Amino acid sequence: MPASAADYVVTGDAIERPLEGAIGDAARGRAIVANRTLGLCLLCHSGPIPEERFQGNLAPPLDGAGSRWSEGQLRLRLVDPARLAPDSPMPAYYRTDGLSRVAPAFAGKPILTAAQIEDVVAYLATLREPGAAR
Amino acid sequence: MKRPARIWAILVVAGFAAAAGAQTATDGRRSGFADMSPALQAIQRDDMSNPAMLWVAEGEAQWNARAGNAGKSCADCHGAGESMRGVAVRYPAFDAKARTVVDLDGRIDRCRNEHQRASSPAPESRPRLAIAAYVAFQSRGMAIAPPTGGSLDAAAIAGEALYRQRLGQLNLSCAQCHDERAGGSLAGVAIPQAHPTGYPLYRSEWQGLGSLQRRIRNCMTGVRAEPYPFGAPELVELEVFLMRRAAGMAWETPAVRP
Ligand code: HEC
Ligand code: HEC
Repeated sequence: MPASAADYVVTGDAIERPLEGAIGDAARGRAIVANRTLGLCLLCHSGPIPEERFQGNLAPPLDGAGSRWSEGQLRLRLVDPARLAPDSPMPAYYRTDGLSRVAPAFAGKPILTAAQIEDVVAYLATLREPGAAR
Repeated sequence: MKRPARIWAILVVAGFAAAAGAQTATDGRRSGFADMSPALQAIQRDDMSNPAMLWVAEGEAQWNARAGNAGKSCADCHGAGESMRGVAVRYPAFDAKARTVVDLDGRIDRCRNEHQRASSPAPESRPRLAIAAYVAFQSRGMAIAPPTGGSLDAAAIAGEALYRQRLGQLNLSCAQCHDERAGGSLAGVAIPQAHPTGYPLYRSEWQGLGSLQRRIRNCMTGVRAEPYPFGAPELVELEVFLMRRAAGMAWETPAVRP
């Protein structure tokens, strides 16, 4: 069942427990991040995904995210970035309430499911190298 | 990477504004024109290669064609098309008879209904865009000069609130992209400052002409919001706000965008 804020517990700046107990898969997570209609990450971020030519520069590169943040910290940054930075343009990937005029096709659904978020967290945790210039 | 690109763009804008006889971009505002490739800029500058000029020519024919139950043409009431010079740069305007704020397309449509006694073509249809493009083209090179007044001031305030409101599943406001991140790259696409200087305009992505309302609705769809319907007061309010934000900038219709 997607997604109400009650489904997870925030401790400090992290969500320590995997959402809905899902087990992430880094390869699937990479595919989600690379997919610009599913993850949408590369609209704003760049990352070590060389086959995707058009990447954004509106946000910090994803390279090295796994050495900067724990899995729990990454999870909260995907689930509800506004909790850490209220003016952040980064969408909350696991949120369905408090939004305006959501198009009917997306209403009541989070951008990613709990399982997909766990996949992305697993992938980001593997990103240990600082980015090469691109 | 970033710096030379910006300096290059400023030079280009200054050159264009000088050519159009209007103000330069010394205050940091830049038309979407400045973010385009030199090849696309050349297409906009040259009426022989600018595809939008086809709609302008069609609009000129409509201007002179008798239509509707009244059997009148635009020219029967207004005279030559040149009489429309300066009109587009002061729209949206308050329509005293209708007691509401209308954009240029809305004003033309009222003339069509009331004076020609003709029915309204669908929003974004070819005849509707063509006549709007022809009228707006008459103001090319002029400085945007939005009118003031109670209803328009109220519309501008409402429009600014809409511009700053977060929308859609992605929960982004116009301002977050067009004020805070303008000049950045959204998956390789340069984010413009969203100045409404060239509408209706030809977009390669559309393979045709489109209005400012269509552009705004596209951005709303992009953030997975339900777009306001064509002609909705919210879209007109956003237009009022965007025109004030662009006051003094050079009018480009019919512009070209990627
Ligand atoms: C619309 C823009 C946007 C999209 C889409 C987006 N982000 Fe972000 N993200 C940001 C911004 C801006 C920041 C910088 C911190 C802040 O403002 O919250 C950020 C911060 C982050 C951080 C912390 C970075 C660091 O090292 O400090 C991570 C990790 C992250 N994003 C991952 C993702 C992933 C994974 C996706 C897709 C599933 C994604 N983002 C989609 C804009 C975006
Ligand atoms: C996620 C980022 C984003 C958001 C949010 C957004 N836009 Fe845009 N907008 C863009 C991009 C990118 C373009 C340029 C598209 C292109 O060139 O392909 C654009 C283009 C425009 C233009 C055309 C400018 C020109 O030169 O012709 C206007 C006007 C505009 N947007 C208005 C708005 C309004 C009003 C809103 C809010 C309802 C909005 N945008 C929300 C990214 C955004």
